[in-house]
Amino acid sequence: MPGSRDEFTQHFSSQFNQELENLRSRVLAMGSVVEQQIADAVTALETRNETLARTVIGGDLHVNALEIYLDEECGRILARRQPAAGDLRLVFAVIKTVTDIERIGDSAKSVARMAIKMSEANPQRDVPQLKHLGELVREMVHKALGAFSGMDVNAALEVERADIEADLEYQAIMRHLTTQMTKDPASINWALHLVWAARALERAGDHAKNISEYLIYMVQGKDVRHVSIEDRERQVQSRSSRDPEAPKV
Amino acid sequence: MDGPIVNAPLRPDVGAQTGNIADEAIKAEARALSFYYGSGVQALKQVNLSLAENKVTALIGPSGCGKSTLLRCFNRMHDLYPGNRYDGEIVIHPDGVNVLGPKVDPIEMRMRMSMVFQKPNPFPKSIYENVAYGLRVRGVRRTGVIDEQVERALTDAALWGEVKDRLQDQAYNLSGGQQQRLCIARALAVEPEILLFDEPTSALDPIATASIEELIAELRNRVTILIVTHNMQQAARVSDYTAFMYLGELVEFGNADDFFTNPKQKRTEDYITGRYG
Repeated sequence: MPGSRDEFTQHFSSQFNQELENLRSRVLAMGSVVEQQIADAVTALETRNETLARTVIGGDLHVNALEIYLDEECGRILARRQPAAGDLRLVFAVIKTVTDIERIGDSAKSVARMAIKMSEANPQRDVPQLKHLGELVREMVHKALGAFSGMDVNAALEVERADIEADLEYQAIMRHLTTQMTKDPASINWALHLVWAARALERAGDHAKNISEYLIYMVQGKDVRHVSIEDRERQVQSRSSRDPEAPKV
Repeated sequence: MDGPIVNAPLRPDVGAQTGNIADEAIKAEARALSFYYGSGVQALKQVNLSLAENKVTALIGPSGCGKSTLLRCFNRMHDLYPGNRYDGEIVIHPDGVNVLGPKVDPIEMRMRMSMVFQKPNPFPKSIYENVAYGLRVRGVRRTGVIDEQVERALTDAALWGEVKDRLQDQAYNLSGGQQQRLCIARALAVEPEILLFDEPTSALDPIATASIEELIAELRNRVTILIVTHNMQQAARVSDYTAFMYLGELVEFGNADDFFTNPKQKRTEDYITGRYG
Protein backbone atom coordinates (compact mmCIF):
# COMPACT_ATOMS: atom_id res chain seq x y z
CA MET A 1 0.00 0.00 0.00
CA PRO A 2 1.48 3.35 -0.91
CA GLY A 3 0.71 4.84 2.48
CA SER A 4 4.24 6.10 2.79
CA ARG A 5 7.33 5.94 0.66
CA ASP A 6 9.21 3.68 3.05
CA GLU A 7 6.81 0.84 2.48
CA PHE A 8 8.03 0.45 -1.06
CA THR A 9 11.33 -0.83 0.21
CA GLN A 10 9.61 -3.74 1.92
CA HIS A 11 8.23 -5.50 -1.10
CA PHE A 12 8.80 -9.23 -1.24
CA SER A 13 10.22 -8.92 -4.74
CA SER A 14 12.88 -6.23 -4.94
CA GLN A 15 12.53 -6.29 -8.72
CA PHE A 16 8.82 -5.48 -8.47
CA ASN A 17 9.63 -2.85 -5.90
CA GLN A 18 12.03 -1.24 -8.33
CA GLU A 19 9.47 -1.33 -11.11
CA LEU A 20 6.93 0.50 -8.96
CA GLU A 21 9.52 3.05 -7.87
CA ASN A 22 10.49 3.54 -11.48
CA LEU A 23 6.86 4.25 -12.39
CA ARG A 24 6.63 6.90 -9.71
CA SER A 25 9.88 8.60 -10.59
CA ARG A 26 9.07 8.65 -14.31
CA VAL A 27 5.67 10.20 -13.59
CA LEU A 28 7.40 12.89 -11.56
CA ALA A 29 9.98 13.44 -14.31
CA MET A 30 7.22 13.78 -16.88
CA GLY A 31 5.35 16.14 -14.57
CA SER A 32 8.36 18.37 -14.05
CA VAL A 33 8.75 18.70 -17.82
CA VAL A 34 5.17 19.95 -18.28
CA GLU A 35 5.42 22.21 -15.24
CA GLN A 36 8.38 23.92 -16.91
CA GLN A 37 6.47 24.00 -20.21
CA ILE A 38 3.59 25.88 -18.60
CA ALA A 39 5.97 28.42 -17.04
CA ASP A 40 7.89 28.86 -20.32
CA ALA A 41 4.73 29.16 -22.42
CA VAL A 42 3.38 31.97 -20.21
CA THR A 43 6.75 33.73 -20.26
CA ALA A 44 6.89 33.38 -24.04
CA LEU A 45 3.44 34.94 -24.28
CA GLU A 46 4.26 37.80 -21.94
CA THR A 47 7.64 38.58 -23.45
CA ARG A 48 6.85 37.81 -27.12
CA ASN A 49 9.68 35.31 -27.05
CA GLU A 50 9.07 33.24 -30.14
CA THR A 51 12.16 31.10 -29.64
CA LEU A 52 11.05 30.07 -26.16
CA ALA A 53 7.55 29.32 -27.52
CA ARG A 54 9.07 27.02 -30.16
CA THR A 55 11.09 25.26 -27.45
CA VAL A 56 7.85 24.58 -25.56
CA ILE A 57 6.25 23.13 -28.69
CA GLY A 58 9.32 20.98 -29.37
CA GLY A 59 9.32 19.70 -25.77
CA ASP A 60 5.97 18.06 -26.37
CA LEU A 61 7.73 15.21 -28.18
CA HIS A 62 9.57 14.36 -24.98
CA VAL A 63 6.31 14.38 -23.02
CA ASN A 64 4.61 12.15 -25.60
CA ALA A 65 7.49 9.70 -25.48
CA LEU A 66 7.24 9.52 -21.67
CA GLU A 67 3.50 8.97 -21.94
CA ILE A 68 3.97 6.01 -24.26
CA TYR A 69 6.77 4.60 -22.11
CA LEU A 70 4.69 4.83 -18.92
CA ASP A 71 1.61 3.31 -20.53
CA GLU A 72 3.67 0.40 -21.78
CA GLU A 73 5.32 -0.02 -18.40
CA CYS A 74 1.95 -0.07 -16.63
CA GLY A 75 0.65 -2.65 -19.11
CA ARG A 76 3.72 -4.77 -18.55
CA ILE A 77 3.36 -4.63 -14.75
CA LEU A 78 -0.33 -5.53 -14.96
CA ALA A 79 0.40 -8.49 -17.22
CA ARG A 80 3.44 -9.81 -15.41
CA ARG A 81 2.91 -8.91 -11.77
CA GLN A 82 -0.88 -8.86 -11.37
CA PRO A 83 -0.66 -6.18 -8.69
CA ALA A 84 -3.29 -6.05 -5.95
CA ALA A 85 -4.57 -3.51 -3.45
CA GLY A 86 -2.24 -0.50 -3.05
CA ASP A 87 0.03 -1.62 -5.88
CA LEU A 88 -2.96 -1.99 -8.18
CA ARG A 89 -4.22 1.45 -7.21
CA LEU A 90 -0.77 2.90 -7.88
CA VAL A 91 -0.64 1.44 -11.40
CA PHE A 92 -4.22 2.50 -12.04
CA ALA A 93 -3.54 6.03 -10.80
CA VAL A 94 -0.39 6.27 -12.91
CA ILE A 95 -2.28 5.26 -16.06
CA LYS A 96 -4.80 8.02 -15.40
CA THR A 97 -2.27 10.60 -14.22
CA VAL A 98 -0.08 10.19 -17.29
CA THR A 99 -2.99 11.12 -19.57
CA ASP A 100 -3.64 14.30 -17.61
CA ILE A 101 0.04 15.25 -17.52
CA GLU A 102 0.22 14.81 -21.27
CA ARG A 103 -2.79 17.09 -21.67
CA ILE A 104 -1.17 19.72 -19.48
CA GLY A 105 1.71 19.55 -21.96
CA ASP A 106 -0.80 20.00 -24.80
CA SER A 107 -2.20 23.05 -23.02
CA ALA A 108 1.30 24.54 -22.71
CA LYS A 109 1.75 23.90 -26.42
CA SER A 110 -1.51 25.73 -27.17
CA VAL A 111 -0.37 28.75 -25.15
CA ALA A 112 2.98 28.69 -26.95
CA ARG A 113 1.21 28.57 -30.32
CA MET A 114 -0.85 31.61 -29.36
CA ALA A 115 2.35 33.39 -28.27
CA ILE A 116 3.81 32.82 -31.75
CA LYS A 117 0.62 33.94 -33.51
CA MET A 118 0.34 37.07 -31.42
CA SER A 119 3.97 37.89 -31.90
CA GLU A 120 3.58 37.51 -35.69
CA ALA A 121 0.25 39.34 -35.94
CA ASN A 122 0.78 42.36 -33.79
CA PRO A 123 4.07 42.48 -31.96
CA GLN A 124 3.48 45.97 -30.59
CA ARG A 125 0.24 45.40 -28.81
CA ASP A 126 0.25 45.03 -25.02
CA VAL A 127 -0.55 41.63 -23.57
CA PRO A 128 -2.91 41.69 -20.61
CA GLN A 129 -1.91 39.84 -17.53
CA LEU A 130 -2.12 36.10 -18.06
CA LYS A 131 0.88 35.85 -15.82
CA HIS A 132 -1.13 35.46 -12.64
CA LEU A 133 -3.31 32.68 -14.08
CA GLY A 134 -0.19 31.07 -15.50
CA GLU A 135 1.53 31.17 -12.12
CA LEU A 136 -1.55 29.79 -10.35
CA VAL A 137 -1.75 26.88 -12.76
CA ARG A 138 1.98 26.17 -12.65
CA GLU A 139 1.74 26.14 -8.85
CA MET A 140 -1.20 23.71 -9.04
CA VAL A 141 0.78 21.36 -11.25
CA HIS A 142 3.75 21.65 -8.92
CA LYS A 143 1.63 20.91 -5.87
CA ALA A 144 -0.17 18.00 -7.52
CA LEU A 145 3.19 16.43 -8.36
CA GLY A 146 4.47 17.13 -4.86
CA ALA A 147 1.38 15.45 -3.45
CA PHE A 148 2.02 12.48 -5.74
CA SER A 149 5.63 12.32 -4.65
CA GLY A 150 4.88 12.49 -0.93
CA MET A 151 1.56 10.59 -0.99
CA ASP A 152 0.11 13.67 0.64
CA VAL A 153 -3.69 13.83 0.50
CA ASN A 154 -3.78 17.21 2.22
CA ALA A 155 -1.59 18.73 -0.48
CA ALA A 156 -3.96 17.14 -3.00
CA LEU A 157 -6.89 18.93 -1.34
CA GLU A 158 -5.01 22.22 -1.61
CA VAL A 159 -4.78 21.72 -5.36
CA GLU A 160 -8.53 21.32 -5.46
CA ARG A 161 -9.01 24.55 -3.57
CA ALA A 162 -6.51 26.36 -5.82
CA ASP A 163 -8.58 25.30 -8.83
CA ILE A 164 -11.43 27.48 -7.59
CA GLU A 165 -9.08 30.46 -7.52
CA ALA A 166 -7.79 29.66 -11.01
CA ASP A 167 -11.37 29.45 -12.32
CA LEU A 168 -12.16 32.88 -10.84
CA GLU A 169 -9.04 34.35 -12.40
CA TYR A 170 -9.99 32.82 -15.75
CA GLN A 171 -13.45 34.35 -15.52
CA ALA A 172 -11.95 37.76 -14.70
CA ILE A 173 -9.71 37.52 -17.78
CA MET A 174 -12.71 36.57 -19.92
CA ARG A 175 -14.66 39.58 -18.65
CA HIS A 176 -11.73 41.86 -19.35
CA LEU A 177 -11.28 40.51 -22.87
CA THR A 178 -15.01 40.70 -23.64
CA THR A 179 -15.03 44.35 -22.62
CA GLN A 180 -11.95 44.94 -24.72
CA MET A 181 -13.54 43.35 -27.80
CA THR A 182 -16.74 45.35 -27.32
CA LYS A 183 -14.87 48.61 -27.00
CA ASP A 184 -12.41 47.95 -29.81
CA PRO A 185 -13.63 45.56 -32.53
CA ALA A 186 -10.24 45.80 -34.21
CA SER A 187 -8.79 43.93 -31.24
CA ILE A 188 -11.04 40.88 -31.69
CA ASN A 189 -8.51 38.75 -33.50
CA TRP A 190 -5.84 39.58 -30.96
CA ALA A 191 -8.20 39.03 -28.03
CA LEU A 192 -9.36 35.67 -29.36
CA HIS A 193 -5.78 34.42 -29.23
CA LEU A 194 -5.70 35.39 -25.59
CA VAL A 195 -9.06 33.72 -24.99
CA TRP A 196 -7.58 30.49 -26.34
CA ALA A 197 -4.44 30.87 -24.25
CA ALA A 198 -6.41 31.58 -21.06
CA ARG A 199 -8.71 28.68 -21.82
CA ALA A 200 -5.74 26.35 -22.27
CA LEU A 201 -4.29 27.45 -18.93
CA GLU A 202 -7.61 26.94 -17.19
CA ARG A 203 -7.83 23.43 -18.66
CA ALA A 204 -4.30 22.69 -17.46
CA GLY A 205 -5.48 23.60 -13.94
CA ASP A 206 -8.37 21.14 -14.31
CA HIS A 207 -5.91 18.41 -15.24
CA ALA A 208 -3.80 19.20 -12.16
CA LYS A 209 -6.98 18.84 -10.12
CA ASN A 210 -7.66 15.47 -11.73
CA ILE A 211 -4.17 14.30 -10.79
CA SER A 212 -4.80 15.22 -7.17
CA GLU A 213 -8.04 13.19 -7.26
CA TYR A 214 -6.16 10.12 -8.54
CA LEU A 215 -3.64 10.62 -5.77
CA ILE A 216 -6.41 10.50 -3.16
CA TYR A 217 -7.68 7.28 -4.74
CA MET A 218 -4.19 5.86 -4.77
CA VAL A 219 -3.51 6.59 -1.12
CA GLN A 220 -6.91 6.06 0.45
CA GLY A 221 -8.78 3.94 -2.06
CA LYS A 222 -11.55 6.54 -2.17
CA ASP A 223 -12.95 7.75 -5.45
CA VAL A 224 -13.56 11.46 -4.92
CA ARG A 225 -14.30 12.47 -8.50
CA HIS A 226 -17.50 14.31 -9.34
CA VAL A 227 -18.40 15.28 -5.79
CA SER A 228 -18.50 18.71 -4.20
CA ILE A 229 -15.32 19.97 -2.61
CA GLU A 230 -16.98 19.86 0.82
CA ASP A 231 -17.92 16.19 0.38
CA ARG A 232 -14.47 15.47 -0.92
CA GLU A 233 -12.77 17.01 2.10
CA ARG A 234 -15.13 15.20 4.43
CA GLN A 235 -14.41 11.87 2.77
CA VAL A 236 -10.68 12.37 2.76
CA GLN A 237 -10.45 13.56 6.31
CA SER A 238 -12.81 10.98 7.76
CA ARG A 239 -10.81 8.54 9.81
CA SER A 240 -9.08 5.99 7.62
CA SER A 241 -10.86 2.67 7.74
CA ARG A 242 -7.52 0.90 7.86
CA ASP A 243 -6.36 -0.33 11.24
CA PRO A 244 -3.05 1.49 11.76
CA GLU A 245 -2.19 -0.51 14.85
CA ALA A 246 -2.48 -3.91 13.28
CA PRO A 247 0.87 -5.63 13.43
CA LYS A 248 2.45 -6.56 10.14
CA VAL A 249 2.53 -10.06 8.77
CA MET B 1 -29.08 24.31 -22.74
CA ASP B 2 -32.21 25.82 -21.22
CA GLY B 3 -34.45 23.76 -19.01
CA PRO B 4 -33.89 21.84 -15.81
CA ILE B 5 -30.83 19.67 -15.37
CA VAL B 6 -31.74 16.14 -14.48
CA ASN B 7 -29.61 14.69 -11.73
CA ALA B 8 -28.55 11.25 -12.79
CA PRO B 9 -27.16 8.87 -10.16
CA LEU B 10 -23.37 9.04 -9.90
CA ARG B 11 -23.00 5.32 -10.38
CA PRO B 12 -25.27 3.82 -13.02
CA ASP B 13 -27.39 0.92 -11.89
CA VAL B 14 -25.72 -1.99 -13.65
CA GLY B 15 -26.74 -4.63 -11.15
CA ALA B 16 -25.01 -5.58 -7.95
CA GLN B 17 -21.27 -5.26 -8.40
CA THR B 18 -20.25 -5.99 -4.89
CA GLY B 19 -22.02 -7.90 -2.20
CA ASN B 20 -22.48 -7.15 1.42
CA ILE B 21 -22.49 -10.13 3.74
CA ALA B 22 -25.17 -8.45 5.86
CA ASP B 23 -27.56 -8.69 2.90
CA GLU B 24 -26.88 -12.34 2.16
CA ALA B 25 -28.69 -15.48 3.26
CA ILE B 26 -26.19 -17.34 5.42
CA LYS B 27 -25.69 -21.03 4.72
CA ALA B 28 -23.21 -21.83 7.49
CA GLU B 29 -21.23 -19.99 10.08
CA ALA B 30 -18.29 -20.70 12.34
CA ARG B 31 -18.81 -19.13 15.74
CA ALA B 32 -15.86 -18.54 18.05
CA LEU B 33 -14.28 -21.63 16.58
CA SER B 34 -11.00 -22.80 18.04
CA PHE B 35 -9.26 -26.00 17.10
CA TYR B 36 -6.47 -27.94 18.81
CA TYR B 37 -4.48 -30.73 17.25
CA GLY B 38 -3.73 -33.83 19.35
CA SER B 39 -0.22 -32.47 19.96
CA GLY B 40 -1.80 -29.56 21.82
CA VAL B 41 -1.06 -27.03 19.11
CA GLN B 42 -3.87 -24.50 18.76
CA ALA B 43 -4.45 -24.10 15.02
CA LEU B 44 -7.55 -21.88 15.09
CA LYS B 45 -8.26 -19.05 17.50
CA GLN B 46 -11.82 -17.89 17.98
CA VAL B 47 -12.66 -17.77 14.31
CA ASN B 48 -15.98 -16.27 13.22
CA LEU B 49 -16.85 -16.77 9.57
CA SER B 50 -20.15 -16.69 7.67
CA LEU B 51 -20.65 -18.47 4.37
CA ALA B 52 -23.15 -16.70 2.14
CA GLU B 53 -25.60 -19.09 0.51
CA ASN B 54 -24.82 -19.96 -3.12
CA LYS B 55 -21.73 -17.79 -3.12
CA VAL B 56 -18.04 -18.57 -3.26
CA THR B 57 -15.98 -17.78 -0.19
CA ALA B 58 -12.21 -18.06 -0.49
CA LEU B 59 -9.76 -18.55 2.36
CA ILE B 60 -6.26 -17.23 1.78
CA GLY B 61 -3.19 -16.90 3.94
CA PRO B 62 0.39 -18.11 4.24
CA SER B 63 1.25 -21.76 4.86
CA GLY B 64 0.34 -22.86 8.34
CA CYS B 65 -2.17 -20.05 8.92
CA GLY B 66 -5.00 -22.51 9.57
CA LYS B 67 -7.04 -22.13 6.42
CA SER B 68 -7.08 -25.84 5.54
CA THR B 69 -7.66 -26.66 9.20
CA LEU B 70 -10.71 -24.40 9.15
CA LEU B 71 -12.01 -25.94 5.92
CA ARG B 72 -11.68 -29.42 7.37
CA CYS B 73 -13.61 -28.48 10.49
CA PHE B 74 -16.69 -27.96 8.35
CA ASN B 75 -17.05 -31.62 7.44
CA ARG B 76 -15.28 -32.92 10.54
CA MET B 77 -12.34 -34.38 8.73
CA HIS B 78 -10.30 -33.88 11.90
CA ASP B 79 -12.37 -36.57 13.64
CA LEU B 80 -10.38 -39.15 11.69
CA TYR B 81 -7.35 -38.53 13.91
CA PRO B 82 -7.42 -39.06 17.68
CA GLY B 83 -6.82 -36.25 20.15
CA ASN B 84 -8.03 -33.40 17.99
CA ARG B 85 -10.38 -31.04 19.76
CA TYR B 86 -12.89 -28.43 18.67
CA ASP B 87 -14.14 -25.49 20.65
CA GLY B 88 -16.98 -23.22 19.54
CA GLU B 89 -19.46 -24.24 16.89
CA ILE B 90 -20.19 -24.44 13.20
CA VAL B 91 -23.87 -23.94 12.52
CA ILE B 92 -25.43 -25.01 9.26
CA HIS B 93 -28.65 -23.39 8.10
CA PRO B 94 -31.59 -23.52 7.68
CA ASP B 95 -31.90 -26.25 10.31
CA GLY B 96 -29.43 -24.61 12.70
CA VAL B 97 -27.56 -27.82 13.46
CA ASN B 98 -24.17 -27.47 15.13
CA VAL B 99 -21.92 -29.59 12.92
CA LEU B 100 -19.52 -30.10 15.81
CA GLY B 101 -22.24 -31.26 18.21
CA PRO B 102 -21.59 -34.65 19.87
CA LYS B 103 -24.79 -36.21 18.56
CA VAL B 104 -24.20 -35.23 14.96
CA ASP B 105 -23.17 -38.05 12.62
CA PRO B 106 -19.98 -36.96 10.78
CA ILE B 107 -20.83 -39.23 7.83
CA GLU B 108 -24.14 -37.44 7.39
CA MET B 109 -22.34 -34.09 7.59
CA ARG B 110 -19.88 -35.19 4.88
CA MET B 111 -22.85 -35.96 2.63
CA ARG B 112 -24.12 -32.43 3.16
CA MET B 113 -20.65 -30.93 2.72
CA SER B 114 -18.62 -32.67 0.04
CA MET B 115 -14.93 -32.09 -0.26
CA VAL B 116 -12.56 -31.89 -3.22
CA PHE B 117 -8.88 -32.23 -2.44
CA GLN B 118 -5.63 -30.79 -3.72
CA LYS B 119 -4.70 -33.78 -5.83
CA PRO B 120 -7.35 -35.63 -7.80
CA ASN B 121 -8.08 -38.80 -5.83
CA PRO B 122 -10.51 -40.92 -7.83
CA PHE B 123 -11.24 -44.41 -6.56
CA PRO B 124 -9.59 -47.29 -8.46
CA LYS B 125 -12.87 -47.93 -10.18
CA SER B 126 -14.61 -47.00 -13.41
CA ILE B 127 -15.64 -43.45 -14.16
CA TYR B 128 -19.26 -44.44 -13.63
CA GLU B 129 -18.63 -46.18 -10.31
CA ASN B 130 -16.68 -43.23 -8.97
CA VAL B 131 -19.70 -40.99 -9.35
CA ALA B 132 -22.21 -43.65 -8.31
CA TYR B 133 -20.27 -44.48 -5.15
CA GLY B 134 -21.76 -41.85 -2.88
CA LEU B 135 -25.25 -42.71 -4.06
CA ARG B 136 -24.74 -46.36 -3.27
CA VAL B 137 -23.43 -45.41 0.20
CA ARG B 138 -26.65 -43.47 0.61
CA GLY B 139 -28.59 -46.61 -0.15
CA VAL B 140 -29.78 -45.75 -3.66
CA ARG B 141 -30.25 -49.05 -5.45
CA ARG B 142 -32.37 -48.38 -8.54
CA THR B 143 -30.13 -48.42 -11.61
CA GLY B 144 -32.28 -45.90 -13.46
CA VAL B 145 -31.98 -43.38 -10.65
CA ILE B 146 -28.24 -43.89 -10.36
CA ASP B 147 -27.77 -43.57 -14.16
CA GLU B 148 -29.69 -40.33 -14.13
CA GLN B 149 -27.78 -38.90 -11.18
CA VAL B 150 -24.42 -39.92 -12.63
CA GLU B 151 -25.22 -38.20 -15.90
CA ARG B 152 -26.42 -35.07 -14.11
CA ALA B 153 -23.35 -34.90 -11.86
CA LEU B 154 -20.97 -35.43 -14.78
CA THR B 155 -22.82 -32.79 -16.77
CA ASP B 156 -22.69 -30.36 -13.87
CA ALA B 157 -18.97 -31.04 -13.55
CA ALA B 158 -18.54 -30.25 -17.28
CA LEU B 159 -17.21 -33.75 -17.93
CA TRP B 160 -20.14 -35.60 -19.48
CA GLY B 161 -19.31 -34.70 -23.07
CA GLU B 162 -15.80 -36.06 -22.68
CA VAL B 163 -16.62 -39.35 -20.95
CA LYS B 164 -20.13 -40.34 -21.96
CA ASP B 165 -18.86 -42.99 -24.38
CA ARG B 166 -16.35 -44.46 -21.96
CA LEU B 167 -18.10 -44.56 -18.63
CA GLN B 168 -16.72 -48.02 -17.84
CA ASP B 169 -13.10 -46.96 -18.40
CA GLN B 170 -10.85 -46.76 -15.39
CA ALA B 171 -10.88 -43.30 -13.80
CA TYR B 172 -7.07 -43.33 -13.79
CA ASN B 173 -7.10 -43.20 -17.59
CA LEU B 174 -8.38 -39.64 -17.47
CA SER B 175 -6.06 -36.62 -17.52
CA GLY B 176 -5.32 -34.76 -14.28
CA GLY B 177 -7.86 -32.03 -15.00
CA GLN B 178 -10.49 -34.58 -15.97
CA GLN B 179 -9.80 -36.60 -12.82
CA GLN B 180 -10.33 -33.48 -10.73
CA ARG B 181 -13.61 -32.76 -12.50
CA LEU B 182 -14.55 -36.41 -11.88
CA CYS B 183 -13.90 -35.82 -8.18
CA ILE B 184 -16.13 -32.76 -8.35
CA ALA B 185 -18.82 -34.86 -10.10
CA ARG B 186 -18.45 -37.46 -7.35
CA ALA B 187 -18.91 -34.71 -4.77
CA LEU B 188 -21.91 -33.27 -6.62
CA ALA B 189 -23.67 -36.62 -7.07
CA VAL B 190 -24.88 -36.68 -3.47
CA GLU B 191 -26.30 -33.17 -3.95
CA PRO B 192 -24.35 -31.48 -1.18
CA GLU B 193 -25.38 -28.16 0.29
CA ILE B 194 -21.80 -26.97 0.58
CA LEU B 195 -18.78 -27.83 -1.56
CA LEU B 196 -15.42 -27.61 0.17
CA PHE B 197 -12.41 -27.18 -2.10
CA ASP B 198 -8.93 -27.62 -0.63
CA GLU B 199 -6.56 -26.07 -3.18
CA PRO B 200 -8.34 -27.87 -6.01
CA THR B 201 -6.09 -26.70 -8.83
CA SER B 202 -2.63 -26.67 -7.28
CA ALA B 203 -1.71 -29.91 -9.08
CA LEU B 204 -3.20 -28.86 -12.43
CA ASP B 205 -1.88 -27.06 -15.49
CA PRO B 206 -3.25 -23.61 -16.45
CA ILE B 207 -5.85 -24.95 -18.91
CA ALA B 208 -7.20 -27.52 -16.45
CA THR B 209 -7.11 -24.82 -13.75
CA ALA B 210 -9.16 -22.50 -15.95
CA SER B 211 -11.74 -25.22 -16.56
CA ILE B 212 -12.10 -25.86 -12.81
CA GLU B 213 -12.47 -22.13 -12.16
CA GLU B 214 -15.07 -21.92 -14.91
CA LEU B 215 -16.89 -24.80 -13.27
CA ILE B 216 -16.81 -23.09 -9.87
CA ALA B 217 -18.32 -19.99 -11.50
CA GLU B 218 -21.15 -22.13 -12.92
CA LEU B 219 -21.78 -24.02 -9.69
CA ARG B 220 -21.90 -20.92 -7.51
CA ASN B 221 -25.57 -20.29 -8.18
CA ARG B 222 -26.58 -23.73 -7.03
CA VAL B 223 -24.32 -24.58 -4.13
CA THR B 224 -22.43 -22.76 -1.43
CA ILE B 225 -18.68 -23.03 -1.98
CA LEU B 226 -15.77 -22.63 0.40
CA ILE B 227 -12.36 -22.77 -1.26
CA VAL B 228 -8.87 -22.72 0.19
CA THR B 229 -6.26 -21.51 -2.25
CA HIS B 230 -2.63 -20.48 -2.23
CA ASN B 231 -3.18 -18.67 -5.48
CA MET B 232 -4.29 -15.14 -4.71
CA GLN B 233 -5.26 -14.39 -8.28
CA GLN B 234 -7.46 -17.45 -8.20
CA ALA B 235 -9.17 -16.21 -5.05
CA ALA B 236 -9.63 -12.83 -6.74
CA ARG B 237 -11.08 -14.48 -9.85
CA VAL B 238 -13.49 -16.96 -8.33
CA SER B 239 -14.62 -15.65 -4.97
CA ASP B 240 -17.53 -13.45 -3.97
CA TYR B 241 -16.18 -13.12 -0.44
CA THR B 242 -12.60 -13.53 0.70
CA ALA B 243 -11.11 -14.14 4.12
CA PHE B 244 -7.48 -13.68 5.09
CA MET B 245 -6.10 -15.87 7.86
CA TYR B 246 -2.86 -15.53 9.74
CA LEU B 247 -1.53 -17.56 12.67
CA GLY B 248 -4.89 -19.21 13.26
CA GLU B 249 -6.83 -15.96 13.33
CA LEU B 250 -9.21 -14.57 10.79
CA VAL B 251 -7.67 -11.18 10.09
CA GLU B 252 -10.08 -9.78 7.52
CA PHE B 253 -13.22 -10.82 5.73
CA GLY B 254 -14.96 -8.87 3.00
CA ASN B 255 -16.39 -8.88 -0.47
CA ALA B 256 -13.73 -9.78 -2.98
CA ASP B 257 -13.87 -6.51 -4.93
CA ASP B 258 -13.00 -4.42 -1.88
CA PHE B 259 -10.68 -7.06 -0.49
CA PHE B 260 -8.35 -7.02 -3.48
CA THR B 261 -8.45 -3.30 -4.25
CA ASN B 262 -8.70 -1.67 -0.85
CA PRO B 263 -8.30 -4.03 2.11
CA LYS B 264 -8.94 -2.55 5.51
CA GLN B 265 -6.22 -4.26 7.49
CA LYS B 266 -2.57 -3.52 6.98
CA ARG B 267 -1.69 -7.19 7.43
CA THR B 268 -4.04 -8.13 4.58
CA GLU B 269 -2.54 -5.43 2.38
CA ASP B 270 0.98 -6.64 3.13
CA TYR B 271 0.08 -10.22 2.33
CA ILE B 272 -1.80 -9.68 -0.90
CA THR B 273 0.79 -7.26 -2.26
CA GLY B 274 3.63 -9.57 -1.25
CA ARG B 275 5.33 -7.36 1.31
CA TYR B 276 7.59 -8.23 4.16
CA GLY B 277 6.71 -7.10 7.63
